[in-house]
Amino acid sequence: MKSAQHLIKTFLLWELWKGLFLTGRYLFAKKFTIRYPEEKTPQSPRFRGLHALRRYENGEERCIACKLCEAVCPALAITIDVEPRDDGSRRTTRYDIDLSKCIFCGFCEEACPVDSIVETRIYEYHGEKRSDLLMNKVKLLAVGADEEGRIAEDRAADAKYR
Amino acid sequence: MPEIPLLDLLPSGLQTLTLILLKIIAIVTPLLLCVAYLTYAERRVIGFMQVRMGPNRVGPIGLLQPIADAVKLAFKEIIIPAGANRFLFILAPIVSLATALSAWAVVPFGAGRVLADLNAGLLYILAMTSMGIYGVIIAGWASNSKYALLGAMRSAAQMVSYEIAMGFALVGVLMAAGSLNLGEIVNAQAGGFGHWFVWPLLPLFVVYFISGVAETNRAPFDVSEGESEIVAGFHVEYSGMSFSVFFMAEYANMILISVLSSVMFLGGWLSPFEGMASAETLASPLGSLLDSGFHWFVFKVALFLFFYLWFRATFPRYRYDQIMRLGWKVFIPVTLVWILVIGVAIAAGIGPWFD
Repeated sequence: MKSAQHLIKTFLLWELWKGLFLTGRYLFAKKFTIRYPEEKTPQSPRFRGLHALRRYENGEERCIACKLCEAVCPALAITIDVEPRDDGSRRTTRYDIDLSKCIFCGFCEEACPVDSIVETRIYEYHGEKRSDLLMNKVKLLAVGADEEGRIAEDRAADAKYR
Repeated sequence: MPEIPLLDLLPSGLQTLTLILLKIIAIVTPLLLCVAYLTYAERRVIGFMQVRMGPNRVGPIGLLQPIADAVKLAFKEIIIPAGANRFLFILAPIVSLATALSAWAVVPFGAGRVLADLNAGLLYILAMTSMGIYGVIIAGWASNSKYALLGAMRSAAQMVSYEIAMGFALVGVLMAAGSLNLGEIVNAQAGGFGHWFVWPLLPLFVVYFISGVAETNRAPFDVSEGESEIVAGFHVEYSGMSFSVFFMAEYANMILISVLSSVMFLGGWLSPFEGMASAETLASPLGSLLDSGFHWFVFKVALFLFFYLWFRATFPRYRYDQIMRLGWKVFIPVTLVWILVIGVAIAAGIGPWFD
């Protein structure tokens, strides 16, 4: 009996029709694709994109050259040089991030005691020369100045989970 | 003979030649356009079935994509491998495409609208489609690559085995129609969809279409390409235009199999509502769509082509020995039994098909 049933099902291509109807249903399903330049995926406030160095509201740079970020960086992408400034405070003379080494893990941001080095939501950037991907202090501070509003907002939104 | 200006100025032998050439152009040009847009349709349909968009960037909803692809392929270099046989290497894609296109000579697009009204049309088609194997096996051998050779051997064996089942399915059709002429086969199915050969020849129809899919080396029978096993099979070494000629041949063959299925089993250009609509509805502009005509032909062919794409999006590739088992141990016995059944039905005169 069972083999007869099997034979009939085989000759009616039963299983094949089942498969066809499954894919046929998906023909009309809503597509997952996001048409990228026109549509973008929603971002979390914790998004880890291009780095930035922040300043305090009075214009003083936050970074105190503790080198925790340099120490924690698993990709060894951060290089920091320090010298005491004329007013005796401890500041960096050099703060480089090699974006071609960086793995965007966010450890530098987590290690930072003064919320100086942060990762912004910027991900649409490119370099036309290799040196374009070597970020120095000036470039990082410039990104920080441009993005300060959103950086502060995102830190505030995430503050209660820290 | 249609009126074409300046034709009368030529000597009569040349007139016929020109006319035939014009007809060939009138068939081949739209066909190649269809091939181009079939690749687009394939990518779109399979994309949609995989819940993504498919090509939608070049032109409105991606409609210029095939043009862009063709331009890209045309400008690519044709690389001939060092150990290859140059003459055969170039000849192979030409053989593939030539056989794929030559079968179109006997395809009836409407009542009397056929390039060559051969009485042995069906035989001619069988001969031409089986010649396509030469293109594949020459390509595989001339490439001097083990993957290409393996692909060609698989593909040749597969095409030869399915040729038999296909031939037997066609024997059923010619028994039912009493003719090898494709136009007469269609005319034998006149009188609404109940008179089509799908119904009495249903097993043959299924066998024919599945064999057709196997014959054109399409998924799920695409072991000759088998990209996960032997890279791309017989055309691994081909690039640029020579590759695209193979590609065109494959798609032209797909369209041909769809055309033949619709001509032999679904009544070609005949309307399914033949004899059901009254004369005045047929005279009205909208009602005339119900009348037999080229649009029904296109619709039926498109249906089969959609099935081709649907199969590719659904089924995993057959194992090689399973393909052979299906061809030899299932399809051939089924067709033989059904030919016997048809013989009995013809002897008994079972209407409306065999009266």
